[in-house]
Amino acid sequence: MNSTTDPGITVSYLISAVLFILALRGLSHPETARRGNLLGMAGMAIAILATLDHPGMLLGGAAVIILGIVIGGAVGAIVARRVNMTALPQLVAAFHSLVGLAAVFVAASALNAPQSFGIGTPGHLRLESLIEMSVGLAIGSITFTGAVIAFAKLQALMSGSPIIFPGQHKLNLGIGILILALVVMFVISGGSQTLFWIVAALSLAIGVLLIIPIGGADMPVVISMLNSYSGWAAAGIGFTIGNVALIVTGALVGSSGAILSYIMCKGMNRSIINVLLGGFGTDSGAAALVGATGDKSVKSGSAEDAAFIMSNASKVIVVPGYGMAVAQAQHAVREMAELLKKEGVEVKYAIHPVAGRMPGHMNVLLAEAQVPYDEVFELETINNEFSTTDVVYVIGANDVTNPAAKTNPASAIYGMPILEVDKAKTVLFVKRSMASGYAGVDNELFFRDNTMMLFGDAKKMTEEIVQALSK
Amino acid sequence: MTPAELAGQAASLAHKAAALAQNAAGFAAEQAVAHTNHPPLIYLFAIFVMAVLVGYYVIWSVTPALHSPLLAVTNAISSVIIVGAMLATGLPGNRTAHTFGFIAVTLAGVNIIGGFLVTQRMLGMFKKKAK
Repeated sequence: MNSTTDPGITVSYLISAVLFILALRGLSHPETARRGNLLGMAGMAIAILATLDHPGMLLGGAAVIILGIVIGGAVGAIVARRVNMTALPQLVAAFHSLVGLAAVFVAASALNAPQSFGIGTPGHLRLESLIEMSVGLAIGSITFTGAVIAFAKLQALMSGSPIIFPGQHKLNLGIGILILALVVMFVISGGSQTLFWIVAALSLAIGVLLIIPIGGADMPVVISMLNSYSGWAAAGIGFTIGNVALIVTGALVGSSGAILSYIMCKGMNRSIINVLLGGFGTDSGAAALVGATGDKSVKSGSAEDAAFIMSNASKVIVVPGYGMAVAQAQHAVREMAELLKKEGVEVKYAIHPVAGRMPGHMNVLLAEAQVPYDEVFELETINNEFSTTDVVYVIGANDVTNPAAKTNPASAIYGMPILEVDKAKTVLFVKRSMASGYAGVDNELFFRDNTMMLFGDAKKMTEEIVQALSK
Repeated sequence: MTPAELAGQAASLAHKAAALAQNAAGFAAEQAVAHTNHPPLIYLFAIFVMAVLVGYYVIWSVTPALHSPLLAVTNAISSVIIVGAMLATGLPGNRTAHTFGFIAVTLAGVNIIGGFLVTQRMLGMFKKKAK
């Protein structure tokens, strides 16, 4: 009955695992990525078919499985087709939650019918299997509720600002220790149902508590981290049921999420602990700063001014941020770039690692607007080009361009790598108001002589520039 | 070192690590066949460690421009947890185990189809400059 007693099945799982590795390998370049994704699909198909052919698989059971896949698959297909590209972060969060929940249910099932996986009999499970199951259960539960909260924040079902209360971290620590103690009792009990569900409930609670103090713009880290968690949960279940494909995949996904989290934290010059403890991006700092800078003057311009300046430039770099996504301005930006190119202007795009609400968010939005990917550059590649750039068009970004990150050690964002737009001859800033960015830090760029503020909605302003350019 | 060299090195390391992981997995699989029970933890653990290493090198070679598709596709492949859900649903067990298994199969099914399709959709949008 055990999946690993049949060499044919084990080989199939191995092939799946290798195909998954190749799928990720394909993502090293946009040219190879689609083929990689197809290999990933093939890997999944092989794993599913091999499992359907598992010795001891009941005919009725197989029918029920296919029913489940058809129902789930139909939902997945509809969602994947309909989702708006700006809503990708919340979709990914929702998908993460499902992996977590699936891990919990597989663990529960293995607890009820351990003989199916060769790990003992109900109430008398193998010691190591119980430990592995607890890992899958706890991490799966945390992933589920954590991802639900992340989804709610991204979908604006709840406020994106951090929820903080006194004793928060102590409470989390206490629950964490309690979970550990209960896991030990669960393992000693040989697989008590009651303890299993208590551990599940507490882990679900900690998932909520861990994510609520984290602010909206830190979501790239949260999504990456939940990605990592979902991987470790899958690996935990893989160990429990002794499945190679699941262990390899879990490890791949776990490291993937961990690396993305690291890259995102580095992009903000903050430690993962700092992000997890939360509370960053409260409004309190912003109010104080507004008063301090009230006497400085700002130069503002119209869409016509911007069109004139840009059409006379030889090189323009567009710096998009989350504001572009919110305003759905990416198509207008591409149109603007096309018109400028017709005038002989060189146009490039510069992306900060943490721009948007998930890693790579801006790249997808620009790709959606049919911006060629070879015009889009990462921070390290493009940063030395700003000094030879005539105009920078900053749309929906703020903190990631703030020179205070380099010059002001007292600033909340000090040390964060920034796009050095201040080195360009002229900076055009599209903004709705003078409000500070997520970090609550004022941006001195606004007050510089070579900066022109374009006040208005990102999409509307860009469309007006497009109109002015086409005259 | 240029990014291209670094990527090249990472790629060759990834290939080596992949080969190692395959060896380790093959070895573990043989052992598993020899014993009729659950595979010994140490072999599973060896596979796990190798896979973490493979993951490390493969993920660093992913271009930052494709980090969103990376998130979506890792999500889809982690739904291979459906294998566990299928065994829980389809092997003789009891009604509770079957019910939990079925729920897990359905949830993973959403992810598999949804995850791969949305990844494909994203990747389909990445186009080179028209010459």
